[in-house]
Formats: sequence, C-alpha cells, structure tokens
Amino acid sequence: MDQIGPVVVDGIIYSAWLFIAAVGLTLIYGVMKIVNVTHGSFYALGAYAGASLTGAWLARGYPPMLSYAVLLLAAVLVTLVFAPLIERGLLRFMYAKDEVVILLITYALFLILEDTIKLIWGVDPYFVAEPYALLGSFEVGGLRYPTYNLILVGLALASGGGLAWLLRGTRVGKLLLSVIHDPEMSRAMGVNVGRFYLVTFTFGSMLAAIGGSFTAPTVSVVPGLGVDVIVLSFAVVVIGGLGSVPGAALGAVIVGLARSASVHYMPQVELFVIYSVMAMVLAFRPRGLFSIAEPRRI
Amino acid sequence: MPSVLGATLAAVIVGGPLLPQWALFILTIAFAQGLVALGLMLLLRAGLVSFGQALYYCIGAYTAGGLARAFNVSDVFLQMIAGAATSALAAFVLGFLLAKYRGIFFGLLSLALSMILYGLIVKSEALGSTDGLNIAQSTLFGVRPASAWVRYAVAVAAAFAGIGAAYLVHRFLETPLGRLGPAIKDNEIRVEYMGASVRHAIHVKYVIAATLAGVGGALAATTVGHIDPEMAYWTTSGEFIFITILAGTGSVLAPFLGALLFGAIHTLAYDLSPHTWQMSLGTALLLVIVFLPEGLWSLFARRRAG
Repeated sequence: MDQIGPVVVDGIIYSAWLFIAAVGLTLIYGVMKIVNVTHGSFYALGAYAGASLTGAWLARGYPPMLSYAVLLLAAVLVTLVFAPLIERGLLRFMYAKDEVVILLITYALFLILEDTIKLIWGVDPYFVAEPYALLGSFEVGGLRYPTYNLILVGLALASGGGLAWLLRGTRVGKLLLSVIHDPEMSRAMGVNVGRFYLVTFTFGSMLAAIGGSFTAPTVSVVPGLGVDVIVLSFAVVVIGGLGSVPGAALGAVIVGLARSASVHYMPQVELFVIYSVMAMVLAFRPRGLFSIAEPRRI
Repeated sequence: MPSVLGATLAAVIVGGPLLPQWALFILTIAFAQGLVALGLMLLLRAGLVSFGQALYYCIGAYTAGGLARAFNVSDVFLQMIAGAATSALAAFVLGFLLAKYRGIFFGLLSLALSMILYGLIVKSEALGSTDGLNIAQSTLFGVRPASAWVRYAVAVAAAFAGIGAAYLVHRFLETPLGRLGPAIKDNEIRVEYMGASVRHAIHVKYVIAATLAGVGGALAATTVGHIDPEMAYWTTSGEFIFITILAGTGSVLAPFLGALLFGAIHTLAYDLSPHTWQMSLGTALLLVIVFLPEGLWSLFARRRAG
C-alpha cells in the first residue's frame, strides 16, 4: 500500500498525456462525425516537428528556457501545413459518405502520412532530452519525478478548460454547438459550416500535434510513433463517449489510473487492462459513460 | 462458378512446380489473407466492418503454433482444422455480444477485443512475448516433403482450403440466410418485419468469418514458420480491410484476387522504394474508395453486364 502515492502521481501524469493526445479526436468526432485515424499521424508529425525544431534551436545556442515555446510553435506550424490541406483537399468532398467509409479514408491518409513523415525526416531517430531535464525534479513517496511532467498536466488542464470555455462561453462555441446539432439548419441560418469543419479539424489535429511535440523530449522519436497512439486515444475517447469532451477527460483518468496501478502492482496485465475497460464500456454502455440517449433512426 | 474454381485449383497444382519459391510463398500468403478477406466480405455485405479480424487470424495462428510445439502436430490440414475450431468457438461466444452492434461501434468493439488478445500475448512469456515463437516445418498427411517441395505442398494445401472455402461461401450466399446480408445493410427493420432475425443472421456470418480467419491464420503460421503478437495488432486488421475494400464484394473470388494484388503491390513497392510502400497502399485504397466504391471486381462485373 506504500505505493499508492506513486500510483496516483504516475496515473495523473499519464492521464494528462492521454487527455492531450485524445481530446482532439473526440472534438473532431463530435463536430464532424469522423473517426479520424490520421489523429495518430498528427501526433507523430508534432513529435518530429518538435524534436527537429527544438534540436535546431538548442544547437544554435538560443536560450534553452524558450525551447518550450518552440515545441508549441512547432506543433502549431506543422498542423497549419497539413490539416487544412487534408480537410480542404480531400475530406470535405467525403462528408456525404458513411461514417465507416470516412474512417477507411482517414486510414488510407494515415498510411500516406506515415511515409510522408519518413520522406521529410528520414528513418533515423531524433533525440532532444534538454527540455526534459531542464526543470529539475520533485519527489513523491521516495520516487523522483522530472518537473517537466507538470507541464503536461498544465497543458491538459489548459486545453480541457479552454475547450469547455470556448464551447460554452463564447459566441463561436454556441454557433459550433448549433452546427453539431443540425448542420443543415445552421447552414440555412447563414452559418458557414464548411469553415467550422475546417477550423475544428485543424484545431483538433493541433491538439494531437501538441501532445506529440511535448512527448518528443521524453522519448526517442522514431517512425511508427503514432501507431500506438491511435488505438490508445480510441480507447480513451470510446470509454468517455465519442464526441464528449468531459467524457474524454474521464476516459483519460480511468485509463491513466488503471495503467499506473497495473504497472505498479501487476505489470503483466498493462495493455490488457486498458482494452478490457474499453470492451467493458462498449459492452454495457456502447455510447460511452458520458452519453445521451440517441433516438433510433429508421 | 465451380468450373472457375476448379480451373484455379488445377492451375495451382499444375503450375506450382514451375513457380520459384518466393512466388509460391506469395501465393500461399495470398490464400491465407484471402480467406480472412472472404470472411470480412460476408460481414461487409451486411454493412459491417470489423476492425479486429486480426483477433481470429491470431487465434488460428497460435492454435497451429501450439499444436506444433506442444503436440508435435505439423500437418497443415490438422493445423487449419484446429485453427478453424478455436476461432469458431471464440466467435460463437463473442458473437452474442457483437451481433447487437452496428456501424462504428461494431468496428470499435472488435478492435478492442483484438487489442485485448494483443495485450495478453505481448506480456506472456509462455507465448513468446513480443518475439513470438518459431514453428517446425509443415508436413502433409504425415509425409515430410523434401525441403525444395515444402512450399509447393503448402501452396497446394492452401489452394484446396481457399477454393473449398470460396465454394462453400458461394453456396451459402445462395441460401436465404446468405441473401439476407445486403438486405440487412439496406434496411434492418424491414428484414425484421419479414420475419427474419437480424441478430441471428449477423451472428452466423460473424462465426463463419471468424472460422475463415482462423484457417487463414493457421495457414500463415505454418507458411511463415513464425508467429508473433503483431498478428493481432490493429494494423494487421487494417491490412485485411484494405484487401476486402480493394477487391469489393462482387464475388467470392474477389478477396483472393485482392490478396494477391495486395501481395504484389507490397512486394513490388517494397522492392522499388522501401520507405514509400505504405504511401502506395494508401493511395491505392483512396483511389478505390473514391472512384470504385464497389471495389476492383466491379470492373469485371461491369464489362460482363455491358
């Protein structure tokens, strides 16, 4: 029982990471009804952009404290290049298709982006550990944690809170809710639905890229980085309920704590636990824990 | 249809010895993957896309591997039968749950189930963890072929299994239960009004699809001589869906041609430029979805109709 401290701290850190990685997925599904496999590609794009740009920044001898801003900037820039291209160039012609067909289209895009990343950054791993070590560390229950992890927690709180405020407290958010509720009617009332889709896709993908770029200093950035993230964020989002932001937060906390508990007490069931929770939720509440009943359509 | 299937089988038996080893390997794997895609095609006709068919592929493969390692059973046909049996059993149980799901939720739940198996194998030392296990060379009816002939023997066994399955599925599609697929996709409630049970129909199709995937997995295991948890990973399921969509649902032959084409694109693109083969696959998939929503088979069908 003396491990309870580290279990909670690890769980919170992992939950924060999961939330940043997954919340964009639920946002995009909520607004556009797209189960977006390219989400993992944007995570990988963010990681590569963050690692290479921050590496270049530090190599030039610029102030290392600003490298966190560079990580953020890298994620924003790389998304602004790729997300509008994908949404305007391809996805917007596909909205009339079935949900499953759009999922397959994003799967095809994921395959293409995997190799695009290799073409841009090559296949050798990237390391930028400086931002990770820079802030020192803190101690919980005899275990030392790099303070860098608190940035992840801060980012998760900021993006979750920011999204909630954006959706509930602003004019744009209310317009967006109307688009979610009934795109046809919103269009008839003069809302530029196409622009909302573009912004949502870009913003949701950007969150994935930010997740990737802030993870980059803690790992070695290698090809295939985004592949695991896709299923993990699917699990998180499905547990909370596809399309629900508070649901994604709940899903992230459940998966985060479940994983950290299993890592500390029973490491051999780590992945098993995560996907069992996902299957259980789907079995008993298919629309997730935070779902509202949807009328059956004939 | 039976004449086309018979001709294909004869072509493999007669033409096999003329093919180089690598071509026999690609052919056998195409039959293994075609079997999985044939099952996915059945589900797709009812409007269901399983993002976790790798679950049964992996169960089939590990059953074959277990037989070979624990009981020294290396006969290809026994391995395939055992793979089919374990997969069918698992699908029969899970089918009660999955038959209730449609659309995106069917896909996500099957994905979760396959990832559970992946998580179990990855952490299990007894099952070889991430390294997987090696399997002894295959035999046929108790005979161990000379090493130059193993690939040919397995390819012929694969052709028998694949073409036999194609014929059975072809017959199944002509039964009332088989014909329900497109009707379910079209309008489930009308099917219920006609007095058929949609849930039962989907359950049956799900078990058939899993059985085929189990045979495919066992075949792949004995052909490659190695099994690993990647066989249950979501990217493997993605490849099967790729093959199914590429081929289309027009005929029971389509999944096998799709698998052969997939193998060809894979080998060719990997040879020409190893870092962009996924890009070629992705582009092919995108083009097929956008321009040929009924798959490549619709090219044949259209010509025949016109």
